[in-house]
Amino acid sequence: MSDRSRAHERNSMIELENVTKIYQMGNLKVAALNGVNLSIGEGEIVAIMGRSGSGKSTMMNVIGCLDVPTSGQYILEGEDVGQLSDDRLAVVRNRKVGFVFQTYNLLARSTALANVELPLLYGNGKDHRRRSMEALDRVGLAGRAGHRPAELSGGEQQRVGIARALVKEPTILLADEPTGNLDSRSSEEIMGILQALNREEGITVIIVTHEPDIAGHTNRVVSMRDGQVIDDKAVANPRQAVVQGIER
Amino acid sequence: MTALTIIRTALASLGANKLRAGLTLLGIVIGVAAVISLMAIGRGVQQTITERIQSLGTNLLFIRPGETSTRGVGGGQGSAATLTIDDAYALQGSPFAPSVAAVAPELSTSAQLVAGRKNTSTTVVGVTPEYQFVRNFPVESGQFIGPGHVESNAMVAVLGSTVAEDLYGFRSPIGQNVRINGRQFEVIGVLEFKGGSRFFSFDDRVMIPITTAYYRLSSQRTAQGSISVQTINVQMQDVGVINTAMGEVATVLRLRHRITGDDDFTVTNQQETIEALQEATNSFVFFLGAIAGISLLVGGIGIMNIMLVSVTERTREIGIRKAMGAKRRDIMLQFVSEATLLSLGGGGVGVFLGWLLTVFLNGRSVIGSNLSQTAFNADIAILALAVSAGIGLFFGIYPAMRAARLHPIEALRYE
Repeated sequence: MSDRSRAHERNSMIELENVTKIYQMGNLKVAALNGVNLSIGEGEIVAIMGRSGSGKSTMMNVIGCLDVPTSGQYILEGEDVGQLSDDRLAVVRNRKVGFVFQTYNLLARSTALANVELPLLYGNGKDHRRRSMEALDRVGLAGRAGHRPAELSGGEQQRVGIARALVKEPTILLADEPTGNLDSRSSEEIMGILQALNREEGITVIIVTHEPDIAGHTNRVVSMRDGQVIDDKAVANPRQAVVQGIER
Repeated sequence: MTALTIIRTALASLGANKLRAGLTLLGIVIGVAAVISLMAIGRGVQQTITERIQSLGTNLLFIRPGETSTRGVGGGQGSAATLTIDDAYALQGSPFAPSVAAVAPELSTSAQLVAGRKNTSTTVVGVTPEYQFVRNFPVESGQFIGPGHVESNAMVAVLGSTVAEDLYGFRSPIGQNVRINGRQFEVIGVLEFKGGSRFFSFDDRVMIPITTAYYRLSSQRTAQGSISVQTINVQMQDVGVINTAMGEVATVLRLRHRITGDDDFTVTNQQETIEALQEATNSFVFFLGAIAGISLLVGGIGIMNIMLVSVTERTREIGIRKAMGAKRRDIMLQFVSEATLLSLGGGGVGVFLGWLLTVFLNGRSVIGSNLSQTAFNADIAILALAVSAGIGLFFGIYPAMRAARLHPIEALRYE
């Protein structure tokens, strides 16, 4: 039995059915997604590849509930989130999705700890300080809690970004070119953390990338072109990131 | 989000740009301080005027002649010469007017005074001895107009303190000669200083016997040949009988003037005068407040301006917060609370500054008008605070709505 069919047997977490997304650019209608069908199971680690303009970022936005499809259905953990209001989407993002961005998107004026705390401000939980410190500890940055982003290296900033994505204990982690701005050593570190989160905590991880090397760290690669999935195959022998020197 | 988190977030955002927040604050500070100090000045003036009038006695009635009419053109209240000194004497001790305690007719005209090389223009009031007590004009030195002076049309004058100082400096004017409209008078007394503003002074006047004023200075003559007067001041036995007294006075005068139709005189009381003046000064206070209010409005527009800039600058931050699960309401609250904190902070500092200004101006002279007091009112301070908070809310809502409406993806992409 192949990896992929096994994935289908598992509880399907993300279910895109014939999803289109059409943007109005002046008089021109541009279809960023053109009938996408995709199913991702719980606990998978998936890479989405494609050239710029292939629609991979738009698909990430839909999966991450930042945007709603023009037509088609998006079922997230059994809930149809395709037609939710802005505020309902915000709640879904807050509870289920963690984002990791290429440019980190940290608040420059806030400390690492305050940045990690941010998603907690928009939920109902307590113990913000403690939970944020735990998340920072998981990425090995407990010692840098009081530093501002400008005082951290690129790799460290991205680790703060991952801690922020983790703090609400999401079921999905979406990483849009997470290593795009990093050197190879930092990239390896980041991939190591993402793999560990997938392996040890069962978080579903979806990584948008155009680097085959990064895609090689995942179990499954989905390729896109012109707003459609053109290829979807399992990775025979996923590379395990060699993690060294992350101080815990 | 809890209220505490919202306030902490807002303070952190404002603190990130202290100079800008400070300058925006300043707009509100100036507006609120201006409202408070100008209202305090206005109310102080109002209070001063009211107190001065009250100090003259609230148990007074004023009778003035009616209006003349020449071919349908009204000459204004008090222009007719229908009241005479005999009317005044008739009211005094009349069995029909038991509420009347004392009566003091007066006849005033403006005149030129010359003493040696000094001269001045002032109001010359023809009075009877009762005037001193009815209108409360104590004498500082010398004596007041006596009954003998009135009887004999004596050429004697009692000077107000300002006039005495203008003409004689620090020398005693008693026994000196003064020329009033070219006629020689002897100064027999100087009145006590009463105070007042440049526009409204009780010290810038001269008193002479009413008969002298009529026969030597005035050109008015009545048909009856009796001395006509401009005002009859009536002191009542008690403030409580004010309506009875007004009725009695009117009845006596109607009988004397054989009136069956419209009265040829009007009776007013001190309370009405105070009310009329308060009405006039109210609009003055309101005007001052309105001018200051404009600067508060400008401060509010400043807040809106800076909030709009802030929303644009922080588009990316808004995108991040939305991606992390912030609802429209969360973003809205964040920006509205920033604007409100700015304006409320400015309001607080403004109230303090306004209070300082009020204390500083207390008893000082402003543009020639002597402010014996300013009145800082807690109600104005609270109102100013509430208004500034309201301004922050009002001018903060539009920028906050713009922030809340941003689409998370576009906001995240914003450079």
